[in-house]
Amino acid sequence: MAGLFYQTIARLSADLAAKKLSAVELTQAVIARAKAVEPRIRAFNSFDESDALAQAAESDARRAAGRSRGSLEGIPIGLKDVIAVQNQPLTASSRMLANFVSPYDATVTTRLKAAGAILFGRLNCDEFAMGSSTENSAFHPTANPWDVTRVPGGSSGGSAAALAAGEAIATLGSDTGGSIRQPAAFCGVVGLKPTYGLVSRYGLIAFASSLDQIGPFARTVGDAAVLLGAIAGHDERDSTSYRVEIPDYAAALEGRRGPWKLGIPKEYFGAGLDPEIGAAVERAIDFYRGLGCEVREVSLPHTQYCLDTYYIIATAEASSNLARYDGIRYGHRASGAKDVVDLYFQSRAEGFGAEVKRRIILGTYVLSSGYYDAYYLRAQKVRTLIRRDFLAAYQQVDALITPTSPIPAFKLGEKSDPLAMYLCDVYTIGVNLAGLPGISVPCGFTAAGLPIGLQLIGQPFQEAQLLAIAHAYEREHEWSQRHPALASSG
Amino acid sequence: MSRNPDLNIDHVARLARLALTPEEKATFAQQLGDVLHHIEQLAKVDVSGVEPSAHAFAVNNVWQEDVARPGLPVEQALHNAPAQRDHMIVVPKVVE
Repeated sequence: MAGLFYQTIARLSADLAAKKLSAVELTQAVIARAKAVEPRIRAFNSFDESDALAQAAESDARRAAGRSRGSLEGIPIGLKDVIAVQNQPLTASSRMLANFVSPYDATVTTRLKAAGAILFGRLNCDEFAMGSSTENSAFHPTANPWDVTRVPGGSSGGSAAALAAGEAIATLGSDTGGSIRQPAAFCGVVGLKPTYGLVSRYGLIAFASSLDQIGPFARTVGDAAVLLGAIAGHDERDSTSYRVEIPDYAAALEGRRGPWKLGIPKEYFGAGLDPEIGAAVERAIDFYRGLGCEVREVSLPHTQYCLDTYYIIATAEASSNLARYDGIRYGHRASGAKDVVDLYFQSRAEGFGAEVKRRIILGTYVLSSGYYDAYYLRAQKVRTLIRRDFLAAYQQVDALITPTSPIPAFKLGEKSDPLAMYLCDVYTIGVNLAGLPGISVPCGFTAAGLPIGLQLIGQPFQEAQLLAIAHAYEREHEWSQRHPALASSG
Repeated sequence: MSRNPDLNIDHVARLARLALTPEEKATFAQQLGDVLHHIEQLAKVDVSGVEPSAHAFAVNNVWQEDVARPGLPVEQALHNAPAQRDHMIVVPKVVE
């Protein structure tokens, strides 16, 4: 049997409830594992061991007193370093916030605590969540546990790698253009981006506010359902948060076995798709056919415009959101500035890395006088068309099946050209532009042993159905029970 | 590899309050030229009569009760300030 650190929430919760295991023992096992593999993986920016053990002791005390809190009681969960935890560092993997300590909890943090979770560690990511490989972290890159010469994906690379390496039982990330689903695919774990508005963004460092969503990474679809249930729901502190009924996602998994109507968007299977990935996704489609699902080809005709639309909207919103980092109230302040305006210029020059600067420049440009209509306003209109494509497809089908990424994990340092890096996101960004839920589920390995992700895209706020469809695949496959070779050597 | 003749890096960097080195300007002008060249294909889309979407699911008129609630204590609010004195943030002189 694999180590404690590779068990699911479902299994560990049962053992904790049966008193076969204490939260302190479990947390100690996860910490020991992190210490053993971190020199090779570097998934964390920091972790506070004594704080985690103190939380675990409190969890055990609550359980002993019959006051267990909820669905995550005693489960160690890691958070991407863009999600605020009171009195813990919050860096966005940027020099700008290298010394920032959060004065408050994000709403998801409050909810995880209320469910009894043990919050452990600050997980590395691309700086301000901008990137697809975690190489844009100002501190250090993170390695893919399946092949440490390769990237874990990004921007939530630390969240995916830590889970795949057994350094957490589950993690949270954020997804603006694929930043949960693509690293989940690269690291062989489940990653869910919820419908825009389902999970509060309060306490999430803003990148592109109309696209950002927080979501879970987990070993199984069932664990992702438990986490989603803990963090989803309306929050008055996020004015884009939606008032919807939150079902029991975990219970919904077994409720309905289909058959569903599934759509294959033909635009997602064109040039640039790695043949091994294409074949693995075809096998998954055949599996659904075997379940009795009706599978039909659909068209999302504006797919070719998603990337450009995304890079206009996301950089425009980023340039606006990152204007707050001016060296005055918090964050890095340059020394030797000649006046207060110069202080802004110099603090930002010193605090931001190259990709963040590039995106601020692009975003400022597309919003600037004379270019706003041609770029930003046009992109907002194309977003409407992209959204209509998806909604039209959902007139015919319940969900869509695509690859998560056109390529498997690439080598560290392989993609030095920004445009080449942006092209990694072609299959994930449409989901963000249309505000839909998307999940990446492991669906095989390449001949070289790299994980492959299957993306399922659902209808707005229909996460229960999306998770059920994903679970129907997962329960008949054993991909999620494989672990990187690191396991035996670590 | 392309440069976009319209992209005046100096002007945009000034708008963004971002000091760039000559090397950064040269690199960004070229890289963003490539990106903008890619983006030009959006001009081909017929968007006549299409409403812009600011959000996928716009939520309008979100109101909260106008009641005071506890906020952060001053010490905590200023905890991350780069320079402070007497419960205030210190900045370079702004008035001569």
